[in-house]
Amino acid sequence: MNETETYPPIDPSNFDLILVGTGIPESILAAAASAAGKSVLHLDPNSFYGTHFSSLSLDEFSSFVRSESTTGPSCTPQSPASNPDCDFIAVGLEHRCLYSDFEISTQTPGVLELSRNFNLDLAGPRALLCADSTVDLFLRSGVSQYLEFKSIDASFVYDGMGGLSSVPDSRAGIFKDRNLRLTEKNLLMRFFKLVQDHLGVSDSDGVKSNDSSKISEEDLESPFVEFMEKMRLPPKIKSIILYAIALADYDQDNMEASKDILKTKDGIDRLALYHSSIGRFPNALGAMIYPIYGQGELPQAFCRRAAVKGCIYVLRMPVSAVLMDKHNGKCKGVRLGSGQDIFSHHLVVNPSFTIPRHSVSSVSKGKVARAVCITSGSLKSDVSNFLVVYPPRSLHSDQVTAIRSLQIGSNLAVCPSGLFVLYFSTLCDDANQGKKSLLSAMTALFTLPISGEPENHILVQSDTEVKPSLVWSALYIQDLTTTDMSWSIYYTPMPDGNLNYKDLVDATTELFHHIYPDEEFFPMTTASESAEDDDVIL
Amino acid sequence: MHGRPRKAPKHEDSEASTRKAANLRTLQSQLLHNHHELIYSKEAIEISSKLLEINPESYTAWNYRKLAVEHHLNQSQTGSDSEAIKSILDEELRVVENALRQNFKSYGAWHHRKWVLSKRHSSVDHEFRLLEKLQKADSRNFHAWNYRRFIAALQNRSEEDELKFTTDMINTNFSNYSAWHNRSVLLSHLIEKKAQGFCPKEKVLTEEFELIHQALFTDPDDQSGWFYHLWLINLTIQPDYCLLISSWPSNGADVIISSDINFDCLDLSPFTCSHSDTGTFPLVLYFNQAVKGVNSSTITVDTVLNTNENLTWHPVSTNNSGTAVAWVTHLSLPDLKAGSLRDYPVKVSLGKSPGIVSSNGFQCSVPFQIEFRFRVQNLVEEVKKGLDVEMIVWRDENYQMEDKDLQDSGAIVSLDHLSINSNTEPAASSWVEQIIANEIELFRELLAEINCKIGKLTLARLLRATSAYATIPIEEVLKLYSELMKLDPSHLQYYKDEHSLVLMKKVTSSKESLLRHCWRYKNLKFPSVDNPICLRLNNLSLSRIGSVEHLLWVQMLDLSHNELQSIEGLETMQLLSRLNLSRNKLSSFSALEPLRLLKSLKVLDISFNEIGDHSIDTRRYLFSSPLCHSVRKNLNGDDFATAGKYWEAFLIFKGMNLIQFDVVGNSIMNGNFRSFLRKFLPSLKWLDGEELH
Repeated sequence: MNETETYPPIDPSNFDLILVGTGIPESILAAAASAAGKSVLHLDPNSFYGTHFSSLSLDEFSSFVRSESTTGPSCTPQSPASNPDCDFIAVGLEHRCLYSDFEISTQTPGVLELSRNFNLDLAGPRALLCADSTVDLFLRSGVSQYLEFKSIDASFVYDGMGGLSSVPDSRAGIFKDRNLRLTEKNLLMRFFKLVQDHLGVSDSDGVKSNDSSKISEEDLESPFVEFMEKMRLPPKIKSIILYAIALADYDQDNMEASKDILKTKDGIDRLALYHSSIGRFPNALGAMIYPIYGQGELPQAFCRRAAVKGCIYVLRMPVSAVLMDKHNGKCKGVRLGSGQDIFSHHLVVNPSFTIPRHSVSSVSKGKVARAVCITSGSLKSDVSNFLVVYPPRSLHSDQVTAIRSLQIGSNLAVCPSGLFVLYFSTLCDDANQGKKSLLSAMTALFTLPISGEPENHILVQSDTEVKPSLVWSALYIQDLTTTDMSWSIYYTPMPDGNLNYKDLVDATTELFHHIYPDEEFFPMTTASESAEDDDVIL
Repeated sequence: MHGRPRKAPKHEDSEASTRKAANLRTLQSQLLHNHHELIYSKEAIEISSKLLEINPESYTAWNYRKLAVEHHLNQSQTGSDSEAIKSILDEELRVVENALRQNFKSYGAWHHRKWVLSKRHSSVDHEFRLLEKLQKADSRNFHAWNYRRFIAALQNRSEEDELKFTTDMINTNFSNYSAWHNRSVLLSHLIEKKAQGFCPKEKVLTEEFELIHQALFTDPDDQSGWFYHLWLINLTIQPDYCLLISSWPSNGADVIISSDINFDCLDLSPFTCSHSDTGTFPLVLYFNQAVKGVNSSTITVDTVLNTNENLTWHPVSTNNSGTAVAWVTHLSLPDLKAGSLRDYPVKVSLGKSPGIVSSNGFQCSVPFQIEFRFRVQNLVEEVKKGLDVEMIVWRDENYQMEDKDLQDSGAIVSLDHLSINSNTEPAASSWVEQIIANEIELFRELLAEINCKIGKLTLARLLRATSAYATIPIEEVLKLYSELMKLDPSHLQYYKDEHSLVLMKKVTSSKESLLRHCWRYKNLKFPSVDNPICLRLNNLSLSRIGSVEHLLWVQMLDLSHNELQSIEGLETMQLLSRLNLSRNKLSSFSALEPLRLLKSLKVLDISFNEIGDHSIDTRRYLFSSPLCHSVRKNLNGDDFATAGKYWEAFLIFKGMNLIQFDVVGNSIMNGNFRSFLRKFLPSLKWLDGEELH
């Protein structure tokens, strides 16, 4: 209880909105509510911003893992006994772990000394498509002035035989790609044009009644994979479009095992998004960008924006209980670790908190296996920042989901120079299956040192491309659950299995409108308008 | 920079432009004043800078600045202060840069920059940085590319580096005509000088083909790649040698020369029989490319009747360039009375001194030898009476299919003319064969996928290129051109022309097919006289004439009922004496220019064409007028007085000895023209089927 004295009291004690946790959704909400003129208190029991979306040094990463592994309530549950003088009762908040089954191994202990030179994403791999609405949000909200991005220069597909083949994702890409046969190039480019023409026709409704280039309604509702077959795309190209461009998760050729079959309608939308991403920013070579210093910069940028607009930030502040109205059972505020009670109309907490007695309905949606690897060299000699996709069945026959991997080099300030960080993720039903998949994805591309032996066999040079060896790795599993928003406490979405932030941002926007139905989500201001597109990348 | 829609000007804009115009006018008049008064003060120069910043198109301002620079340089040269020179020139570069910022496609600005740089006082390094900026803004800006070549040459930058640069630009976006063009320029140089890594050219070309395929297959709708591909094909198939491919008389021929036009060759081959009424007969050499330098020292003609030195060779060409694919000289015949039935051997070979050079710069060094014999035959008196007494009637009933005699005559050596060189001709290299075969296969594959005009055209061109080593699948090529005519009507005439050329190739491809078009002409009134062989190429929808190297022997030719707009190529048929061009689309006398070179032409039918329909023949590239140099050379004042408005006809038919002429059915034909023709062509016996006198 000594701790409590170190907490300064918060003044005022009434707010329009209290947010607990500084993950991306909470940070966006804080910035949006502040921008809408609400008084906001933003709390985080951690000493760093970002919660599950943070980027951490090697040491911080390990201690985060330890705290996540020691389950149980993060703070001593206060007696829920109610004060008879008050019209509310305090209900203890419990901590719930999102990440579990950690396996950390250090192959080269020396790396630990460089701990502070790392910025490792907790919710990787993640990148932004340049034309994504998330990037528009950065521009609109004005957070882009706090961020710097660099481009993910290439995408590759694992070819099932230990090699990476490039993804011909653009006109120039198709031109340069020497793995495709000439007729395949022609087919692929025509498919891209078909999609473009279709969307071009839909865009200018009525103006051009050239319906010949429109894809039929029937085709739009059919599975994307069938439509591509109809367009005579060979399996190799289908797989590239599905998993490396449309970023589908499940095996699209296996209707029974697959939980999510992409429709043509959605497939071409994703394709179009990808294509409009290429060349949106003149200095981004590929379709995607990644923030310098890691994903953890994004929530921080929103927090800074919120703070500018008057939001109050208190880190290292545990929340011990939720205050509930005795009469109508509605949430009135929170009791802080310091013992102070703070009141507000609305409370938003991140999904790592639960209220035991009021079991909220949460739905499990499977798991996502994640891995962070530090390697001694790049998988590709000529690029350092790129995406690798392992399509379903490319590693072993019972691989039903695509595995995505993102390699980030030191020019994005996430690791010391000479080393590289690789993030892996895949959807899975159980932890073992997920880890097995990620391990085989890792072994396919780099040398996992045999126990006891140092990484001296770099010299064993079999091919022109030397397989880089593993320096440090962490494997863990995240449960995917959605928590019902009813009951006057709002839950933000947890990190999902996607590469981008689209679903998260959409869910957050929806949440904002739910809380403030009459407010505009980041109204256009002249100030943010002046932020030119080009400013996003420096 | 490309594909931006044009916006309608707004009201504010037009107001701003009025203000701008007023400002410009003031600056301009100040500048002109300074220019006239030779004022080169600092303030005066500043005015030109201001003007150029707003309007970089002001050439006078650029020229004024050049004068100003020269003026100041001359002044400072006395002290030869290099710093001062540099600062003067740097100021110029700065002004150009500002002007380019305003309009980076300003010719004047780019020219001024070149002018400054060529003074060689300024650093070139900065220029590459500037180019980088400009080529990033618009990678296709041909001014920048042009300037880049200039700077690269100035700095002696290696062509390999520049080639690498084009590769990079093409990899970024292959729809870049400028980059492909620069690539073709650089590669030509590198191959020509056999730079390291660019020899043998087979390897380089194979790689280039591979590169361009990526572009063509990725986006067949993009033009720039096809242009480069066409250049590559031409570079591949273009013969890098120059040689004789055909002649008249041909090697090994026994030529019968009659002193009369109507000598009956019934029992002789039409290909080796000729006539002469001038005491000479032509010797024609036909090369694979246009050449110059054919004369008595480069070609040796060995015969008892002529001394080689006395022979004059003429280019058979309507242009005055002095180059031609065909060259002609005239050998004199022996005294007709003395020399009956004696064989005269003639030997033609490459002369001792070299000097026959093709227009592409290739030396004709492949030796050849043509040997033939000729015999002179005179006519008996009675037959001579029938001479020229009968009009030629170009009717079907006047022809008789000639099969047996001709088939048997076995004397069609002219079709095998290539044999004279087959041993020495550089064999069509197998790599060319392989490349073309590979290309054909690829484009067949592409066309199986998509319907693509330029793909079809390319396939047709490739198939035609196979002629060097294989027989062309002519029917397929003809079909491709026919499809193209329907698919792309805006280029109909081009496809028609190509179709015609292929059809001509088909007709002349073998002895058999040629003989199918050879008919015996029968004079119905005097069946015993005048039965020449006529090559009938009528009703074939021809719009152009080709494959003339196989037709050097033709003396009577029927091209009626075609779609000819031009008769280019006909001039090489030096033996031609009777020609039917009726019912074609000839629309001016100038289109008949090749006839001027046919000295033996006696009978001409141009009836039912379009001569006189249009005051200007828009289908020709250059419309000739009495003011043209080429025309005035041949048309002196007196002539012009005679010719009057018929000067065009005058030019073509001047010096010709036409006996029979049909012009009916052209709108130019009327009483005036008729009397002009009668006066101007005194040799004429029949005009439009009517006997004169």
